[in-house]
Amino acid sequence: MEHGSLNDPSKATFSFVDEDHTLANSVRFCLNQDPRVSVCGYSIPHPSDARVNIRIQTTGDPAREVLKDGCQNLMLMCQHVRGALDKAVADFRMDNPTKMETKSDSD
Amino acid sequence: MNEKENKGGNNDEPNKKFSIWDLPDVPMGQLPPHLQLQKTRVVCKADAPIHTDNISYSGAYASIGVDNSVHLDLFRDNFKVNVIRLTKEDMEFDMIGIDPALANAFRRILISEVPTMAIEKVLIAYNTSVVQDEVLAHRLGLVPLKADPRLFEYLSANDTPNEKNTIVFKLHATCKRGERRTVYSEELKWLPKGSELIKEAGQADSKPTTYTSFTCSQDMLPEFSEDPISPSEDKIILAKLGSKQEIELEAHAVKGLGKTHAKWSPVATAWYRMLPEVLLLEDVEDEVAEELVRRCPDKVFDIEDIGHGKKRATVARPRDCRLCRECVRGEGWEERVELRRVKDHFIFTVESTGVLPPEVLFTEAVKILEEKCERVISELS
Repeated sequence: MEHGSLNDPSKATFSFVDEDHTLANSVRFCLNQDPRVSVCGYSIPHPSDARVNIRIQTTGDPAREVLKDGCQNLMLMCQHVRGALDKAVADFRMDNPTKMETKSDSD
Repeated sequence: MNEKENKGGNNDEPNKKFSIWDLPDVPMGQLPPHLQLQKTRVVCKADAPIHTDNISYSGAYASIGVDNSVHLDLFRDNFKVNVIRLTKEDMEFDMIGIDPALANAFRRILISEVPTMAIEKVLIAYNTSVVQDEVLAHRLGLVPLKADPRLFEYLSANDTPNEKNTIVFKLHATCKRGERRTVYSEELKWLPKGSELIKEAGQADSKPTTYTSFTCSQDMLPEFSEDPISPSEDKIILAKLGSKQEIELEAHAVKGLGKTHAKWSPVATAWYRMLPEVLLLEDVEDEVAEELVRRCPDKVFDIEDIGHGKKRATVARPRDCRLCRECVRGEGWEERVELRRVKDHFIFTVESTGVLPPEVLFTEAVKILEEKCERVISELS
């Protein structure tokens, strides 16, 4: 849900339902690094409601596009993290093949 | 100052006709060292840490001409993962170059939003033990089950329990007269063909139905035929029986999230800490060095001999520092030792309960964050 002004698409507040700090803080971090953003922050109006308000003010680009790009960046970052972790685990297993079975099986 | 010279240098080039695309890339201006320290390290003083916030805003250093924005390529180049320890049950690894917002998001998702299977409904046929029905059902719910939750679907209120969303276990334990015995989790038997308890039918002539409607046996699936579903630990005590007491029950396990109830959390816990950095600000020698080594409970410092019978303290294992601050407590110690944390180097530890191996759990957590972003993007478009 977006609350913005009708003539100025560069400033808007987005309200996400069923979200909490997990997504909101990550999105806020990604957006802050974007040079097009002048203000970005999030707030949780009441902790019992699962609702998050993210405020974005940009230097001209429509806020909706910037938010979409921020989420895309976050997704690409996550994919990179996954790939790096898989590779690191594979490298570790190659270097230490005997250390995998240190837990004694209780069956 | 360096960054001003860089910008000034471009203006001094002679004004001949050239394309701006020929110009070399303007290097990112460097921050002066004290600002670099503020940006990348948390300094842990004896009373409280300082510089704890993360300066992520892209224009934070605009007034001195330094660009603080981070592009995806820069993140990709700087990001590293090192696995320190990996067993079937837990994993310790380092993530370098990531922000606390993302690290915390992964931790939160690992604890509460990675789905698992856990016992939810317990149909008790006979219970004459001293453990009350509800207490026994609660204990059964907390038993971790070694079933891959990705192979199952969620069961909502109006769905019928079938082989795609329920796992059925049976427990039948009796105790002989004059003895006492303990009921362990290994006695939970998996029923791949579904429930065996017969529902009380309203009409006398209808076929007897059970509490679940399995169309095919669950051990037809290749994943379960060689690796049957069972609790991930065998020696969990469920109840204790006295003479001639008996428990007969059937337990149905469904998929859920840790957010709803902690029994569905796939990790015993997951945590991270930032890499500690310990610096000796001045040469610490002789008795002061010995006292420093004595003070630290984690053996972070070591003594080395530098000839002429003099000794000096060095920092041997900064990674083990648990920030007890014993080395900076008291008069004069803060000038000798500085404790710091590196803001973008996280030492993650994931302890799994046995549902899935820890590296798979972390990968699932990252996938869940990606799905959340996708949901947001699709809602916005």
